[in-house]
Amino acid sequence: MSPFATILQDPEFISVLYIISFSLFIYGLLGLTGPKTAVRGNRIAAVGMAIAVTATLLIPGMGNWGLILLGAVLGTAVGIPAARRVQMTAIPQMVALFNGVGGGAVALIAWVEFRTSDGFSDVPTYVAIFSLFAAIVGSVSFWGSNIAFAKLQEILPGRPISLGRPQQLVNLALLVIAVGCATAIVMGGDSELLMIGLLLAAAVLGNFVVLPIGGADMPVVISLLNALTGLSAAATGIALNNTALIVAGMIVGASGSILTNLMAQAMNRSIPSIVAGGFGGVITTGGSGDDIDRTVRSTSAADAAVQMAYATQVVIVPGYGMAVAQAQHAVRELTKLLETKGVDVKFAIHPVAGRMPGHMNVLLAEADVPYEQLKEMDDINGEFNRTDVSLIIGANDVTNPDARNKADSPIYGMPILNVDESRSVIVLKRSMNSGFAGIDNPLFYGEKTSMLFGDAKASVGEITEELKAL
Amino acid sequence: MLVTNLAILVLAGFAGYLTISKVPNTLHTPLMSGTNAIHGIVVLGGIIVLGLGVEGVLNKALLVIAVMFGTINVVGGFLVTDRMLEMFKSKPKEEIEAKPKEEIEA
Repeated sequence: MSPFATILQDPEFISVLYIISFSLFIYGLLGLTGPKTAVRGNRIAAVGMAIAVTATLLIPGMGNWGLILLGAVLGTAVGIPAARRVQMTAIPQMVALFNGVGGGAVALIAWVEFRTSDGFSDVPTYVAIFSLFAAIVGSVSFWGSNIAFAKLQEILPGRPISLGRPQQLVNLALLVIAVGCATAIVMGGDSELLMIGLLLAAAVLGNFVVLPIGGADMPVVISLLNALTGLSAAATGIALNNTALIVAGMIVGASGSILTNLMAQAMNRSIPSIVAGGFGGVITTGGSGDDIDRTVRSTSAADAAVQMAYATQVVIVPGYGMAVAQAQHAVRELTKLLETKGVDVKFAIHPVAGRMPGHMNVLLAEADVPYEQLKEMDDINGEFNRTDVSLIIGANDVTNPDARNKADSPIYGMPILNVDESRSVIVLKRSMNSGFAGIDNPLFYGEKTSMLFGDAKASVGEITEELKAL
Repeated sequence: MLVTNLAILVLAGFAGYLTISKVPNTLHTPLMSGTNAIHGIVVLGGIIVLGLGVEGVLNKALLVIAVMFGTINVVGGFLVTDRMLEMFKSKPKEEIEAKPKEEIEA
């Protein structure tokens, strides 16, 4: 062996490469925390990943090159087109899918570890414990993410699907079975049925945990599953004694947990209550409206255009409906036109508008809306009483005054955009169907509110045409 | 070895916590996507177990799938994050903002 190769394959050299790679992960993540440095941050992390993979391939005794290459080529062939073609509106489910396969990889590795070590009988106990932890969490994450994907992609209905009350007990039983199998294996059981039982119980658990969760809570769930996959990767790292896996996995575990918490806070939901299931579904929808006067005022594009043209300040509240209709470019056109007429235009971004925090920002950035025009909830809420027109495009629950006023509403306490304080409200909406959370919105029946029904993109286009004619 | 690794685990947890705790809301989606790509590091686990030698068709097949899954996670994750972040680039912003103002003054 040449001296060069000796150095390259020196375990300490490989460790140094790992240290470089996880330093790059952390440095890259720091970059991701600011809009200016984010692109570079992500690329730095990708370089870190490339170094980590290279270092791993240098480990002495590496073989099975053909099979490694096969896996890598297949993965690249699936991953690149998926990432290139995905619509920006479909990002949340894409993240769910990428997260799921990560969890799946963890579970598969643990399974093979079991098979090749006679049921962990010839490795230290801690290796067995961490591997089995990784197997359970990875399997839950894989199946849970797939369900989250299916719900967001509308392959499965977004509403909660559950067994009702026994659901919690069934889930608990499944967890007990999985942990029971794991315990039996650690105690010396080497039947493969135990391992398969563990993986199956965790798989069903992953399905059952996510199925009862309503679509509105899905971002929080994806974030939680993301954190879990990170933790399972870290556990795999301990079992394989691999520093890069431990550090990278744990960083994701920790950051994912914080992110999950931030999202849950923005919706005034606690993580346990989300995991325990169901917005809407079981909860009373509250005085379903037979008793109150509910007349909806509908308006025309022409009227809406006049209203906005003579406004001093217009605040646009985009929601998932805007994303679905692909209306962001049309909205940008409208904004430009209003600005030429001297109207001050701002965008009010609720922390959970769309289906992930920051999702709206991505979409509006795609349409070249300047970053400075996007206002976060706390910055804009004081401005609504000075706003002439609030234009709500496909948003619903984040504007629902019930969250402030009605203690029995399922979303009571969720921070909302106080659009009802503005002088008038125009709502662009496909129909009177209730929002993602399935809750009625009294804003739509308000005196200051007028509704413009139709596809968001078409409506915005019509308003723009009318504005041009003014 | 276990204790050293546990120490690394705990420190990495704090590092992750401190790195992320000051991210603006607007970057949460790219951040989730970026961290998602990083846990694709599990591909290393697949490579190690497969590369250091396993016997049996089933074992090999499972590991090839694991490496494939890990690669999808890494490649797809970084690419999609990059696409998202490209849109935040501030370059065209100034031109766009400057234009309407001029028109108003005119």
